[in-house]
Parts: sequence; structure tokens; C-alpha cells
Amino acid sequence: MAAPPTRQQQLERELLGLADDELIIGWRDSEWTGIAPMLEEDVAFSSIAQNEIGHARAVYELLSDDADALAFDRAPEEYRCAPLVELPLLDWAHTIARRWLYEVADEIRISALKETLPLAAKIDREETYHRLHAEMWHARLQGTPQFRAAVEELWPYALGVLPAAQRDALSARVGLPVVEAVERGTHTDGLAEIWDEMTMVRRSAPAGAQW
Amino acid sequence: MVTAEQVWQRFAEIPDPEIPVISLVDLGVIRSVDVQDSRVRVEFTPTFLGCPALEVMKRALEESVRELGGEPDVAVVNDDSWGTDKITAAGREKLRAAGFAPPAPRLIQLQSAVHRCPYCGSTDTTLENIFGPTPCRSIRYCNGCRQPFEQFKTI
Repeated sequence: MAAPPTRQQQLERELLGLADDELIIGWRDSEWTGIAPMLEEDVAFSSIAQNEIGHARAVYELLSDDADALAFDRAPEEYRCAPLVELPLLDWAHTIARRWLYEVADEIRISALKETLPLAAKIDREETYHRLHAEMWHARLQGTPQFRAAVEELWPYALGVLPAAQRDALSARVGLPVVEAVERGTHTDGLAEIWDEMTMVRRSAPAGAQW
Repeated sequence: MVTAEQVWQRFAEIPDPEIPVISLVDLGVIRSVDVQDSRVRVEFTPTFLGCPALEVMKRALEESVRELGGEPDVAVVNDDSWGTDKITAAGREKLRAAGFAPPAPRLIQLQSAVHRCPYCGSTDTTLENIFGPTPCRSIRYCNGCRQPFEQFKTI
């Protein structure tokens, strides 16, 4: 029987999940570049995407000497991202619902890591602006039936971003009861689709290419 | 033989790649310079983690050390040691003079939420977009002189 994971292994697994979340949601956010409903949101989503992918890189660098290999050379089933971040380009209500749910969950997770991981404190400074953006849109859309329906639909996915111990905190912030989550470790069809696009350049590059 | 003082002086001449009115020393991203014989160890912190200028800054630091006859060893430190409070007083003034509203000290900014126009000094300004041309900037509009301006984000 395999030995139970050490605390260090557990932390590394948690960080890999966090980095994969940031990479994939950053990639999904970047899909709005050029086609967001208003110019300000083109800029906002592009900038947020850039930050999230920067966070992913910094965490991959903690875990490996080759961040690109960790980001792009794994098979889709080896990724540890939560299914929430994989969902393909959504309508605006769902997009904002996902951003808001993700930022609320991410704040809970990052706050818990800040004490032990200096990088988490740095990430948290930048995330302040993602939260402002998400809260601004939440305030604007929360009275609409489309947004409420989107939040309810994505709620089991949002729970899956956090370990069970942190879900009560998320429930209190969002105002919905803890239900059965769409868990990390399972994947949606969205991951294979985005993986295909995300890794295409690297897979097609000749062996020995320098980046 | 290169000295730490020479290295600091040289670094004070390297412009920020995206806001060239201020230097990397003004920006406060150089954390330490340690000279051992010809080897120059530099610790440097990124502003924003996803900032694409990071690699450019690192290469500029290495190149400068080589020009002074040193062997560069530039380490990127991803801890929480950089915030906009690390921008020097001279750096803030250079930003303001170039039309970038400098970031207020973090504690004051988070409590007061007052943003001053870099052109006319009015505090009657409104947020146009939290995000701007680079991760470190927001877009605001001055109702006093009717001028849009870039606000360096306080982090």
C-alpha cells in the first residue's frame, strides 16, 4: 500500500491545482480579447488573463525548473484544474458569474496560503483588482434573471474549486447552500478543446526548439 | 574591479521598458546588489507577475553588469517584497510630470479612495476602467480639466 502523502506533497498538489486553475481561466478570459461587449471589457479581460497566466507561471516555477513543460507537456487528464475554469466561451452572464464565483473562491484559498507562502501574498495584491472588477459587475448584474440563473448553474462547479473544508466560507459569501460539487480531478469536454489549442505550438515545434 | 556603488549608478540609468520616464531603481524593483570579486549578484522583484517586461528588465540588468566588467547573476525573487510603496519619491515625481498619476501610499489609498489628476491636481476624477494598457495602470477621467489620464495602481 502506498504511504499517505506528506504535508509537502499535499501542498505541492494543492499548488499544482491552483496553478492549473490560473492557467486555464487565464486562457478562457483571453478568449474575450477583441470580442467583449465593450472596449473597456476587452482591455479588462486581456489584462486579467495576463495576470492569471503570470500567476500560473510563478507557481509552476516553484514546483519545477521547467515551467513551460509543466504548463504544456502534460496530457489533459494530468491537469489538476477545477472543471469551473474549463467551461468553454460562455455568454456574458455566465462569463461574469464564473469570474465572480472564481474570484470569491480564489480569495478564500489565497488568504489561507498567505501565511506560509510569500508568493501567495504577492498574488493577492494583484487579485485585489480582479475582485474589484468582479464585484463591480456583480453589483451591476445581480438583479437580472440571466445572472442569477448563471450563478445557480455554475454553483456546483464553483464549490469544486475549494477543498471541502473551505466550502462553508464560500457558501456564506455567495449566499447559496453547500451542495454536491463538481470535483477537481474530473474534467469536462472543455479541457480537451482548450488543451488542443493551448499546446498546439509546442507540440508542432521541432525537437530542440529554444523558447 | 566593479563596485556595488557603480552597479547601482548604472542601474539608475536603465529605463523601465514600459514607462521609460523612470528607471528600474526609481521603480524600486532592485532589492540588493552584492559584489564578490567580479561576480555581481542582483536580487530583483517583478512588479506584476504577468508583466511581459520582466524578461526585458532582467536582460538589461545582466547587460549593464557585463558592461561594467562584472559577471551577472540576476535572481528574480517572487516574494511579497515589492509594492508600489517601493517607488522612490523621485520616481513618483517623474511619473506625475509625464502624465501618470503616481500611486498613493497603500494605506492612504485604500482608506481614502482619492485620486488626483496629474495635469491639474483636481481630485474630482472618475474611474473609466480598472484596467489599462499594462497590468499596472487604470484609466481615469478628470472632471476638472476634462483630461483622461493613466493612474498607476496602488498594490
